[in-house]
Amino acid sequence: MLKDITIGQFFPGNSIVHRLDPRFKIVITGVFITFLFCAENFYGILFGMLFVALTVLLSKIPIKMIFKGMKSIIPLIIFTSVLNIFFIEGEILFSWQFIKITKEGLETSLFMILRIICLISGTSLLTYTTSPITLTDAIEQLLSPLKKVKMPVHEFAMMMTIALRFIPTLIEETDKIMSAQKARGADLETGGLIKRAKALVPILIPLFVSAFRRAEELAVAMECRCYRGDEGRTRLKQLKSGGKDYIALALSLFFLDVVIFFNCIF
Amino acid sequence: MAIIKTEDLTYVYSAGTPFEKKAIDSLNIEIEEGELVGIIGHTGSGKSTFIQHLNGLLKPTSGKIYIDGTDIWQDKQTTLETRFKVGLVFQYPEYQIFEETVYKDIAFGPKNMGLSDEEIDKRVRETAKLVEISDEQLEKSPFELSGGQKRRVAIAGVMAMRPKVLILDEPCAGLDPKGRDRILDRIREYHKEYNSTVLLVSHSMEDVAKIATKILVMNNSSIVCYDEPPKVFGMADEIAKMGLDIPQITKVFNALKEKGYHIADDVYTVPYALKKLLSYLDEKGVKLDA
Ligand SMILES: Nc1ncnc2c1ncn2[C@@H]1O[C@H](COP(=O)(O)OP(=O)(O)O)[C@@H](O)[C@H]1O
Ligand SMILES: [Mg+2]
Repeated sequence: MLKDITIGQFFPGNSIVHRLDPRFKIVITGVFITFLFCAENFYGILFGMLFVALTVLLSKIPIKMIFKGMKSIIPLIIFTSVLNIFFIEGEILFSWQFIKITKEGLETSLFMILRIICLISGTSLLTYTTSPITLTDAIEQLLSPLKKVKMPVHEFAMMMTIALRFIPTLIEETDKIMSAQKARGADLETGGLIKRAKALVPILIPLFVSAFRRAEELAVAMECRCYRGDEGRTRLKQLKSGGKDYIALALSLFFLDVVIFFNCIF
Repeated sequence: MAIIKTEDLTYVYSAGTPFEKKAIDSLNIEIEEGELVGIIGHTGSGKSTFIQHLNGLLKPTSGKIYIDGTDIWQDKQTTLETRFKVGLVFQYPEYQIFEETVYKDIAFGPKNMGLSDEEIDKRVRETAKLVEISDEQLEKSPFELSGGQKRRVAIAGVMAMRPKVLILDEPCAGLDPKGRDRILDRIREYHKEYNSTVLLVSHSMEDVAKIATKILVMNNSSIVCYDEPPKVFGMADEIAKMGLDIPQITKVFNALKEKGYHIADDVYTVPYALKKLLSYLDEKGVKLDA
């Protein structure tokens, strides 16, 4: 069901990874993505996997959750590996009519699979270990230099916070409305495309009505608490950085160096 | 034979994650046809989870459910049929309304059952009358109605399917006392008119006491007792420990008993209390003026 989507989900905890300053975590994720794309050989990728494995261990997120998140990218993995296996020229290992499989093709696709797995598991660690609200706070602060050029960074972050905050609410609401209409005999599972599209009407209309109602209520509630935008707004929870954040950043830069070094020597 | 029967019914939400939660734990119950059962329990005791099993919306983690003697999960067809046999009105049902007119919204369920147009028309009008929605209101947009009216329309939408078992999850939540009495009244009327079994979930003893023939008390994912109202309210102390309130009038009579005026043990509605009180005074030879 809808609830089984785990990518982008926050996984509460109190590990060292959870406690890192979210701004550093975003930067470190950036460094991580960079060194994955810099890596030109298997040594680099394996080193990237080591980095992910270390972080997973430190974050105390159950490995099962990481694998569950992987499930949704299986189609993507299959798609890229098929492309690579069949369309890369090189030393032929196997051929049948017009299908050729080459050694280079196999190698590249394995390389790509590892890279995608690394990329998804590494970046999803960011959302697993950071609550959506702190994440948007961090994004707002990282982007705050753009305020100088009149970019509505605060408004953007507020919109994101609200959207993230209401995703679970809306999912829950959708589930509820679906159950209610099913209880009235609505058939959501069988029939052709048109019939299924039509079957969505009894779900979408109540969902929109309630989304608008919530939006209005929230707007009124925010006004009642004197929300006036960015100007002069202070925070209850200030983001703080300390020694551990610099160490983590240094560590990730070290990994980046090693990967580049591997590119040179192998 | 019992119309509803469960065997070791257990349900776990989000199994295998840190949010894992056993919402109901080995429920065993048999409910006879024609009862009007009040289900009470404080928030989070598993009432809503329990009733969503009865029409096959939730699939039990373990255990079995029999409606009319048939295991509802024996095959797909039976599960689908159960949806029509057991009508479920969710909490705040007015949020599920979507059609342009009240008439069409009430007709949604019957239409899904594949009934003929005449039959649908007959049922919609009959049910609208039962819940006191006028012909004129039938042609209105449901979004123009008041909260209480919307609630009655939504309940009518399920009643019009004429389920053998009608289940309502907190049908009075968020209504004023008048609206509340009106809904309870309509539910009792439906129970009488169609001889169906009705399950009414509530956390207010007061509401349940007014109309139920049996009371089912839930606490901490389990069933504490299932019995007739006098017996259940007789356990006032245990019920108070679960954080539930017994009806005010029962409290008054219990307090009187402590003071040495033992009038009756089975008082939980005001009219009945009046009758008992008058006959008690009569017995003691107290004369009342008119
Ligand atoms: N969709 C859900 N996901 C996870 N847990 C839930 C869900 N619905 C209910 N629960 C949990 O199950 C327990 C029983 O809830 P519920 O059946 O709604 O109780 P009640 O209706 O008596 O208030 C509660 O602890 C609640 O937090
Ligand atoms: Mg409930």
